[in-house]
Amino acid sequence: MLVKTRDLAKHFQVGVGQTLHAVDGISLEINENEILGLVGESGSGKSTFGKALTGLLPRTSGEAWFRGEPLPAKFSAQDHLKYSKEMQMIFQDPYSSLNPRMTILDVIGEGLFVQGQHTRPQIRDQVAYWLERVGLSADHMSRYPHEFSGGQRQRIGIARAMIIEPRFVVCDEPISALDVSVQAQVINLLNDLKQSLGLTLLFIAHDLSMVRYVSDRMAVMYLGRLVETGTADEVFFNPKHPYTQLLIEANPEPDPQIERDRAFVPIRGEITSPINVGEGCRFADRCPVATSRCRSETPRDILVDEQIVACHNYD
Amino acid sequence: MSHLLEVNDLAVEFATYGGNVKAVRSVSFHVDEGETLAIVGESGCGKSVTVQSLMGIIPMPPGKITGGSARLKDKEILGLPPREANRFRGVEIGMIFQDPMTSLNPTMTIGDQIAETLRVHRGISRQTAFKRAIELLEKTRIPEAQKRARQYPFEFSGGMLQRAMIAQSLACNPSILIADEPTTALDVTIQAQILELMMELQRTENMSIILITHDLAIVARMATRVAVMYAGQIVETGTVDEIFYQSAHPYTAGLRQAMPSNVGDKNKQLTPILGSPPDLFDPPKGCGYCARCPQAMNVCLSRLPPAMAVGDNDSEHTARCWLQHPDAPDTQAVYQPGKQHAG
Repeated sequence: MLVKTRDLAKHFQVGVGQTLHAVDGISLEINENEILGLVGESGSGKSTFGKALTGLLPRTSGEAWFRGEPLPAKFSAQDHLKYSKEMQMIFQDPYSSLNPRMTILDVIGEGLFVQGQHTRPQIRDQVAYWLERVGLSADHMSRYPHEFSGGQRQRIGIARAMIIEPRFVVCDEPISALDVSVQAQVINLLNDLKQSLGLTLLFIAHDLSMVRYVSDRMAVMYLGRLVETGTADEVFFNPKHPYTQLLIEANPEPDPQIERDRAFVPIRGEITSPINVGEGCRFADRCPVATSRCRSETPRDILVDEQIVACHNYD
Repeated sequence: MSHLLEVNDLAVEFATYGGNVKAVRSVSFHVDEGETLAIVGESGCGKSVTVQSLMGIIPMPPGKITGGSARLKDKEILGLPPREANRFRGVEIGMIFQDPMTSLNPTMTIGDQIAETLRVHRGISRQTAFKRAIELLEKTRIPEAQKRARQYPFEFSGGMLQRAMIAQSLACNPSILIADEPTTALDVTIQAQILELMMELQRTENMSIILITHDLAIVARMATRVAVMYAGQIVETGTVDEIFYQSAHPYTAGLRQAMPSNVGDKNKQLTPILGSPPDLFDPPKGCGYCARCPQAMNVCLSRLPPAMAVGDNDSEHTARCWLQHPDAPDTQAVYQPGKQHAG
């Protein structure tokens, strides 16, 4: 495997004596050349996990490995330089993630420039290559971000990450801000890069159909914890955890006949606060099959068929 | 029988530095009692401007309604003087917006905001109105409505705010509820709750709904009829089954092929729609979709297609596409589920 975490946690101090458990003990393995889809509601900690993995946020506890090598809890400037050659991130908002004062040449070329191993003309050539590769034109180099549409900016963000030729890319909701017709372009591009360059991707999103489409494996997060992990199709068509089951039932399908036939029971309540959470299953309050044990004892990971499920019902 | 709401040839322009943007170009549709009309399209296609001009809430200037009519219960509602517009706005038509956080007043309690609607339109006392506001919050399933009515918007979650907005829009028993991307900002589980609530209220209150969305999956769940918008025009309209199973416009077909489906073959490649929508400062003379259309013909470049009937003449299924013309080449190739079209 390429990336591994054990009990990775990221807590934030909010106010006096209040702790926000954004990510609370995630153990996950990402294999070489696979796309792992990470889904969950807003506030479940999926973006924080991605940032803790790439060193953009220091982790509170737990361990992480990259290529079998332990990653520091807090990245120093040297660590950033070292690991940024192999790990990159693509962000959700293609508007705020590009510096409006930099030309596209500078935006995309900055990573190579920082590494200091390329001459200016070499960087230019690379930028031109990647612009073409993501479906833009080399002539766009001297323009500024505001001259591009959302989908084009997202592709600039992809080119910026890819020019480094990383092995691992965290894509944090890369298509949420885009129109349907453009989403397909970005997804096809990511798939193509995965196949031609042997990339490994952590694909964070909340669109379940898209995650199932693009991912090899899928992990479901709820309030800072993983509740279910397995192959994308198994998790989608044969969900084991009650939360995954309700989440997939709530996911509408673009087919009127299927929607008419659906026995429609929306999940109750809303995601609770991740501040000062105690023992027990985080989903217990909304779970239709919760028992008293669920409220007092934290469920362990259990292998059910091919999936890893954190639920007492399978114990 | 006449329709509850009938819009004909609506045209809206915005004056900008660069010239006039023709945001809505001759849009016609109707809404019948108790049905849900979904208006689908991508950003910038004019779907929000269409309904905002019905409500009289586009800023004028720079906006200007340059033509058309909209009749609600056989009464013209476009271009009403402000006093009269206020009398039907919020009474006959209620509206909820995409972002409930910015559409409610942060300095007023939720209960007071709902009560305000009632006091303005119904002229009832502050106390009665507040009591009625609590009932409305209960109707939209807000737990502890008594306590919640005295709280401010920042104390509500996104899902709860959208419920409060629905409560406010229902205050005067409107005959039509316009929902402009009501669940785009919400998680899938909360989205399911809100959609379920809207469907239930539609049944109990006998309302019609105009649902604006870009998400075809939500359309499949909610809509009776669908209007697909592109570049300021309705390019295809029909029942939800006609739109999904007998798509006649290449844009509708293109949208469906750009989305993943969980039925059928997973390994089917998504087919993106290449290119981008036309510049509405100077809309193309012919079909707006022509430049991106895999089936474009010469006539599409030069002449704007009218809304033509699809299939047998009894249905209201129409498409603005020259392929529907009797003299057009074989249209069988336009859309076959699961099969990629040429180009």
